Amino acid sequence: MRLVIGIFFAFLVAAALGLGMTWLTLSKGVAFGGVSIGAWTAYPKIGTAEIDPYGRATLARTGLLPVGSGDGIAFVARGDDHGRSFDGRCDVTVSGTTPPARFWTLTLYDPEGRLVANSVNRYGFTSQEIVRRSDGSFDIVIAPRARSGNWLPTGGVERYVLIMRFYDTPVGVATRTGRESPMPSIAQGACP
Amino acid sequence: MIRLALWLLAGVLLGGVVHLTSILLLPRTASQDAYSRLEAITPVNAVAPLPAPAPDNDVLPFMDPAFAVAVCRYDLTAAPLKLTTPVGQAYTSVSFYTRFGVAYYAINDRAAGRRTIELDLMTPEQRSQLPEDEEVTAADRLIVESPTPVGLVVLRALGPEPSAMAVARGVLAAAQCRPNPQQ
Repeated sequence: MRLVIGIFFAFLVAAALGLGMTWLTLSKGVAFGGVSIGAWTAYPKIGTAEIDPYGRATLARTGLLPVGSGDGIAFVARGDDHGRSFDGRCDVTVSGTTPPARFWTLTLYDPEGRLVANSVNRYGFTSQEIVRRSDGSFDIVIAPRARSGNWLPTGGVERYVLIMRFYDTPVGVATRTGRESPMPSIAQGACP
Repeated sequence: MIRLALWLLAGVLLGGVVHLTSILLLPRTASQDAYSRLEAITPVNAVAPLPAPAPDNDVLPFMDPAFAVAVCRYDLTAAPLKLTTPVGQAYTSVSFYTRFGVAYYAINDRAAGRRTIELDLMTPEQRSQLPEDEEVTAADRLIVESPTPVGLVVLRALGPEPSAMAVARGVLAAAQCRPNPQQ
């Protein structure tokens, strides 16, 4: 009798722990092999056949089609340089220069990966659209209300993520540091 | 007390096995992965445009709204596939995904180096059946091997500004993928 209870107890612990860990890793988006440059993180292996089992499980659960490594690379930012999560009611400035690439795009999504509705139907910028200073650097202001220059509306949502994608770029699996690929800085400023 | 601790330890170890097994099996049971989502709205072995991503339309998550996108959902069981697409003025790429969404190959217009991207897609078995002389004469032929008999080819054409999106969509409208029997 004690044996039966013991086995039952062990199986219960195993099921709760094992499935709990699976649920937790997938909802938190655990991934390996990330390259972090400032507030930005990329997972170069997710666009290759060498993607790890956690990455594969994430693809299966979310329906994501990752950018292939022969196509480009995607950097995600969930907060500013100080680690504060983005708040759609605050002003956020993305500024600086970018790693070499033929084109890049910057897009704002809600945490589930949907575009965020706004009055001007602008969901992002491409490298060709933005206004730059004479040295090639730029500022993009992400704010709930209209701004002059490169304004990306937040639609006032509480949480969002930014994804910067570089197409036809040497940045990839071999990239380790920000020295070879300088990513723009992110500063979260005034909140109402 | 010691007995309970041992059962607990056994449970924890078994829990690790359960966790790893569930992670490994998840791709085979998923009903919301990219292939399943596209199965409902795209034909097989033909190029179909995807609707532009919008706040109220999320066919797939995290799509880049600067790109026109078309999909060829393929099934190589009967025959290999031939894929051709013209390239746009800005940037065009072709990415290959397995049934489970793994990006196993991608090429862009510059790497392809021509006005059109032309590829043969086949399984490793079909490739090994290619006549040998054909392999030689086709040195400049681009052959892609698919690890799974079914999967997705995603064609992307960049519209660098909103006014260029119509042109990008037009480029992909001329893309083709069709079965190409070897005999």
